[in-house]
Amino acid sequence: MSGLLRICTAGSVDDGKSTLIGRLLYDSRGVYEDQVRSVQAASHNRGAGPIDFSLFTDGLRAEREQGITIDVAYRYFATARRKFILADTPGHEQYTRNMATGASTSDVAILLVDARHGIREQTRRHARIAQLLGIASFVLAVNKMDLVDFDRGAFEQCRDEFAKLVEGATVHAIPISALDGDNVIVASERTPWFRGPGLLPYLETVDVAGRAERAAFRLPVQLVLRPTHDFRGYAGRIASGTIRPGDRLTAWPSGVSTRVARIATWDGDLDRASAGMSVTLVLEDEIDVSRGDVLATDVIEVGRRFSADVVWMDERPLNPGRPYLLKHTTRVVAAELDQPLALNDIGRVAVTTASPLVFDSYADNRSTGSFVLIDPATNFTAGAGMIAEALPEETSDAAYLSGAERIARAARAATSDAEAVEAVRRLVEEILR
Amino acid sequence: MHGTLEHEVDERVANPAINLDHLRALEAESIHILREVVAEFARPVMLYSIGKDSSVLLRLAQKAFYPGPIPFPLLHIDTTYKFREMIEFRDRYTAEVGARLIVHTNREAIDEGTQPFAVGTQRCCGLLKTKALLDALQQGEFDAAFGGARRDEERSRAKERIFSLRDARGQWDPKRQRPELWHLLNSRIRPGESIRVFPLSNWTEIDVWHYIHAERIPVVPLYFARERDVLVRGHSLIVPEQPFVPLLPGERLERVKCRMRSLGCSPCTGAVRSDADTVPKIIRELVAAKHSERQLRVIDHDQDGSMELKKREGYF
Repeated sequence: MSGLLRICTAGSVDDGKSTLIGRLLYDSRGVYEDQVRSVQAASHNRGAGPIDFSLFTDGLRAEREQGITIDVAYRYFATARRKFILADTPGHEQYTRNMATGASTSDVAILLVDARHGIREQTRRHARIAQLLGIASFVLAVNKMDLVDFDRGAFEQCRDEFAKLVEGATVHAIPISALDGDNVIVASERTPWFRGPGLLPYLETVDVAGRAERAAFRLPVQLVLRPTHDFRGYAGRIASGTIRPGDRLTAWPSGVSTRVARIATWDGDLDRASAGMSVTLVLEDEIDVSRGDVLATDVIEVGRRFSADVVWMDERPLNPGRPYLLKHTTRVVAAELDQPLALNDIGRVAVTTASPLVFDSYADNRSTGSFVLIDPATNFTAGAGMIAEALPEETSDAAYLSGAERIARAARAATSDAEAVEAVRRLVEEILR
Repeated sequence: MHGTLEHEVDERVANPAINLDHLRALEAESIHILREVVAEFARPVMLYSIGKDSSVLLRLAQKAFYPGPIPFPLLHIDTTYKFREMIEFRDRYTAEVGARLIVHTNREAIDEGTQPFAVGTQRCCGLLKTKALLDALQQGEFDAAFGGARRDEERSRAKERIFSLRDARGQWDPKRQRPELWHLLNSRIRPGESIRVFPLSNWTEIDVWHYIHAERIPVVPLYFARERDVLVRGHSLIVPEQPFVPLLPGERLERVKCRMRSLGCSPCTGAVRSDADTVPKIIRELVAAKHSERQLRVIDHDQDGSMELKKREGYF
């Protein structure tokens, strides 16, 4: 069992999400006394009750004034069994992108619903985004049970409806009162019909281990370290799998193979390294590897066209006629997409990149299957994509842009003259290669 | 039941040996961030504040580029009011590590007599920290600056990105923050803009101490409890190193066993009463602590949401 669990939370406004998190932090002592006092003073000013737990989490002035959560906030707490990183994501629909952000690094999603209202459109949407981002383990926290007299029927209706919504995923539903603490840390006497563990005991023990560790080895190269003439190492964070000195590796997209000579770290050479670790590999043969290449133990997809599910996060809609910058692992390339998308839209699109990417499907690998899209005009991170599958390269003349057209587009996409010169130089080199 | 849980938390959290798994995950994530910046920016710099978080950051930088040297300079914004022990430690430790150190001071403001009792803490910080920092970043033409800030420190920092975009005046706009998904960091900036990078975003204060213990990282001796001559002001213990710290009527130095939980300028950083003279004792004390570490930093409390305002103005 991993000692670190990453969680995200989502729910509609007023479902009591901030209150629940405030209680988790307060009861697991992630909140210190002077923060409690500053919150008590603020609660008093706004005429709320004795302690408004949501004030622990609503960090920005604008949020405290409007009484809503408008950005992702990260919270940290620990229990005897585990450490937790919690991404608290807002419930407002216009901030769907934050839900995707929180879910992208999480193992478990906690979805809150109000027992009085049951599963609503917002919950369906959040569940869909979380599942799309690879969350396979859900907690459905049916909150405000005190307001429905801890009615078992109301709880089970929510539970059953939600289970149908996220078919294929693990769901643990819990009847809670965030305000009073029922089933948050300790089992509530007011729900004798509920046998499962409460929220915190569940999070302490849920098993989310090792999908990435069991998958095939992938290391996207971040840096080539050459401090002296007799050392040449490839630094990066292992995206998946395990590697040992002597293992056979192939560098993609070139397809040249060699063996691992050393796993070099500041703490000494390692005899084994696995997913999540930042390492430096020394290879037996001098082969041409640079940043953006992927070292892998097996054959991996290399191509310029694939389909992907894209979440659009920018107020400027996705324009299929424009090139975007696509960052995938440690590589940034120009890319075009074939469908328009507006803010908060999620759609399946075909992506064509200017140079080949080395990728897996997102279902197989969260690291080598994900990318972000950057608007070259504003530099905003406008979209997030999850690769579905490779598409055949279109070979007709219509599908391929002419060299001249590609150069013109690259120059137009640049934000400065220097950048345009550099983009054109790189493209010309690439075309001539 | 509740009492038992708290007891278990204390035992677990206070024992560094069983937290290594979690620390290695944090370490790997931070190294990834350091390398990403060096790969994608032309002129990175590391803000070095001499505190425990800076010591951790420095160790991570040594690891990230091993066996090579740290490929960027360190920058210390010296207000001239830092504790003497801090400056001694800075000069000794950075030399030992072999890092290149740049020290920058807003000389003009110092020469005009800027100090917290003369101009107030807000203006003093504005001139000696924020302005000095912005000037130093501009003079060095740095496009990326690492800082040791953690999201668990303060409410507005909980919303900070790992790559925090700043405009030409170093200012932060919380409404213009770029989404950060997976571990894909967006390095695109326009001329004049820069980013602040926070590799320790996901670390907590206890994680930092556990790591210092596990890695045997040197820190400034001020963190360890010993008898010191201090002015006792309410809950705050002030070490009067600067001649301008006024003695209040009837006040005199008292000998108190104390330590610093957070390091800053001597007139504005209070010590806490403590017997913790080793790292494990500090960890135990923190687990039992009832106050968060920034409480004794006067500057965070001058108005509601004051850290957010400072950040908007260009502070870390």
